[in-house]
Amino acid sequence: MTKRALTGNHAVAEAAKLARVKVVAAYPITPQTTIVEKLAEMIEKGELEAKMIRVESEHSAMAATLGAAAAGARAFTATASHGLLYMHEVLWWTAGARIPVVMAVVARAIGPPWNIHVEHSDVMDQRDTGWIISIAQENQEAFDLTLQAFRISEDPRVYLPMIVSLDGFILSHTVAPVDVPPQEDVDAWLPPRRQPYTITPESNVVMGNIANNEEYYMMRFSIQTAMQAAKKVIDEVDVEFGKAFGRRYGGLVECYLCDDADYVMLLAGSWAGDAKKAAEQLREEGIRAGVARVRFIRPWPEEFIRERLVNVKGVIVFDRSISFGSYGQLFTDTAATLYGQTSLRGVIAGLGGVDVKPEDFASEVRDFVSKVEEHGRVYEPRRWLLPKKYSKLAEEVVA
Amino acid sequence: MPFRLTDLPRKRYGMPGNAACPGCPETMGLRYVKMALGDKVVLVIPAGCSSVIQGVAPRSGINFPILNIVFASAASAASGMAAAFETMGKDYQVVVWAGDGGTADIGFQALSGAAERNDNIIYICVDNEAYMNTGIQRSGLTPFGAWTTTTWTGKTEKKKPLPFIMIAHGVPYVATATVGYPQDFIDKLRKAASIKGLKYIHLHVPCPVGWRFDPGLTVKVAQLAVQTGAFPLFEYENGKFRLSPYSGMVRDPKRRAPLTEYLKLQGRFQTVLKDPEKLKGLQREIDEMWEWIALLEKGLAPRP
Amino acid sequence: MGQVEVVEPKTLWFAPVSYPAPASSGKTGLWRTERPVVHLDKCVKCLFCWLYCPEDTIVRREDDYVYVDYEYCKGCGICAEVCPTHAIEMVPEVVGEGQ
Repeated sequence: MTKRALTGNHAVAEAAKLARVKVVAAYPITPQTTIVEKLAEMIEKGELEAKMIRVESEHSAMAATLGAAAAGARAFTATASHGLLYMHEVLWWTAGARIPVVMAVVARAIGPPWNIHVEHSDVMDQRDTGWIISIAQENQEAFDLTLQAFRISEDPRVYLPMIVSLDGFILSHTVAPVDVPPQEDVDAWLPPRRQPYTITPESNVVMGNIANNEEYYMMRFSIQTAMQAAKKVIDEVDVEFGKAFGRRYGGLVECYLCDDADYVMLLAGSWAGDAKKAAEQLREEGIRAGVARVRFIRPWPEEFIRERLVNVKGVIVFDRSISFGSYGQLFTDTAATLYGQTSLRGVIAGLGGVDVKPEDFASEVRDFVSKVEEHGRVYEPRRWLLPKKYSKLAEEVVA
Repeated sequence: MPFRLTDLPRKRYGMPGNAACPGCPETMGLRYVKMALGDKVVLVIPAGCSSVIQGVAPRSGINFPILNIVFASAASAASGMAAAFETMGKDYQVVVWAGDGGTADIGFQALSGAAERNDNIIYICVDNEAYMNTGIQRSGLTPFGAWTTTTWTGKTEKKKPLPFIMIAHGVPYVATATVGYPQDFIDKLRKAASIKGLKYIHLHVPCPVGWRFDPGLTVKVAQLAVQTGAFPLFEYENGKFRLSPYSGMVRDPKRRAPLTEYLKLQGRFQTVLKDPEKLKGLQREIDEMWEWIALLEKGLAPRP
Repeated sequence: MGQVEVVEPKTLWFAPVSYPAPASSGKTGLWRTERPVVHLDKCVKCLFCWLYCPEDTIVRREDDYVYVDYEYCKGCGICAEVCPTHAIEMVPEVVGEGQ
């Protein structure tokens, strides 16, 4: 086992290299830049046999990635925040075309004003597109998910593109030990690229001309069918990866101390580490707390939530984003899945990269617990964990 | 290189039963692409007339494999395909077939980027001088004074001189061509296919519906555009500029057919014909192109 | 290493994939209001009509005379316009007696 000290971004770049990507087309944006810089360096030093297209925008980055993938090459790109928004149209086109590609998204807040720190809004904004969307907690997981993304997206039961998201700066630029398996081991585990069709003079395929409404509808249905099948594929890959490389995460959701929990924190991303610490602290105080860390927000882990969370005393969802005028996005999906079967609270926190510490998680849970014990059933869809210096406004203002 | 029509193999070049309007010059152009480049071609087609001409799935009304792509991305998607084919060791031609919108306006950024990177694609702009597919709205390539559904009293701006802009990018090959002179277009396509890098061909495609003329006159209108000097045919190859024979014949304005011969066939220019100021404006736009040509012929522009 | 395999999808498959084929917009011959009639006695086998036809519905015979595929010909009239010997005549489509 060679552990290397790698930033989250470099870990992702190493994984893309081990997956033997053939075409990389990306445009720089903070905090993704070092992924692309590292890949460019690898290519120019001859460590990675691939072509890099230094596109002039993110919209072109995704279009070039799709073009390369449709031609038959394993293609990869990376972006963040505004770049991801700029290519949004092409995300829909790629998923609709059912061409597997892998993209790393370094989650970052959206302006104005300019803000380069972590927020999940950019990733959440892609929920509807038909992409499989995963969110890592640690650099090692970002590495592992990137490798797995090629395996999952290229599975004939799936054939959908996949996002691997990692928190901006917290993971992307922070060095951590990452186990990097040797190329031969990855070659033995990752099959050669598979896709449902290629567009070549031999295949004579035409992709995307007008279809009748009925057929269009069925194509949408087909994407959803693949999303359902993807859940099983994700679990299988988790097991196989564990056998090959010694690391398993639990599939769509990582359940930390949640097997016997009374109160479960549900969230995604690097701050789950702080939530886990809070759970440990709460356990010492006598509250049976646990963490359900959602690793895949698409496909949404409805089975896990329905089976494992319906009988707990309360679920408290932490969203690092909000759909303005409504609720946090993880909350909405959770509430839809639980539909009133347990006490539920949604908390908006950490927007714009504002730090959330284990004690912040713990005190939210304690407050939730006391409300549930007092009222029996509690439903609080939108609570705000505002920055400390403005925290009084949370009580004074309706939001 | 002149070739005999009878030398072309007897096969299907187009695809009958497609959704194009009668007399459509884009379907004509696609047949010439097939005659020139044969069967090792993949097309990239952004939103435009040719997207719709393909008709309804599961059939397609264009005789090529095609990646249909979003409006702004034709050049970048093509760059991606070309890069992939190169890594796979495949010797295929990736050809963009994009309209004015997808080239000069919404698609320009991607084209300019691909040109700067000198990506190995053939980029054909099918210039019917408006956003025809969405209903004849004006584009950056609409000529001065032309009627469109967003310029009811005639466009007040000039046509973007796109071929010259591409020459300024310094790409290895830039050419203009027309469906009125298919052999010239076929020659230029074959020339482009033999060069590595970004090859740009600006194809004039007179649209009977948008320009308001009888569908049988497509070829005549296209030829008149050249004969009146309104659409000059030329090639620019690695810094060397060459007027094509049909335009070489009309370099001298006195040898051109009167511009009105071209304009009077088209309903969209009726107000121009009636207004001497507009006519002067349109003539000025055409003269400017010939001034660029004069500079380029003398070798006064930078050569890469 | 890394050549792609095209593998059939294993879940319900509806996707935006088509193939070039005639009649993608139906039998476009039905669009015509006039039809081209080729007078072979005037034809000099120059193949201009075949060259300029947008629809590929002027077909070259083995002897290089031409005939029209009326199933798909849209009746645009380009062939008649470009024929140097005026061998092609555009004739109105007749609906029926007395109509």
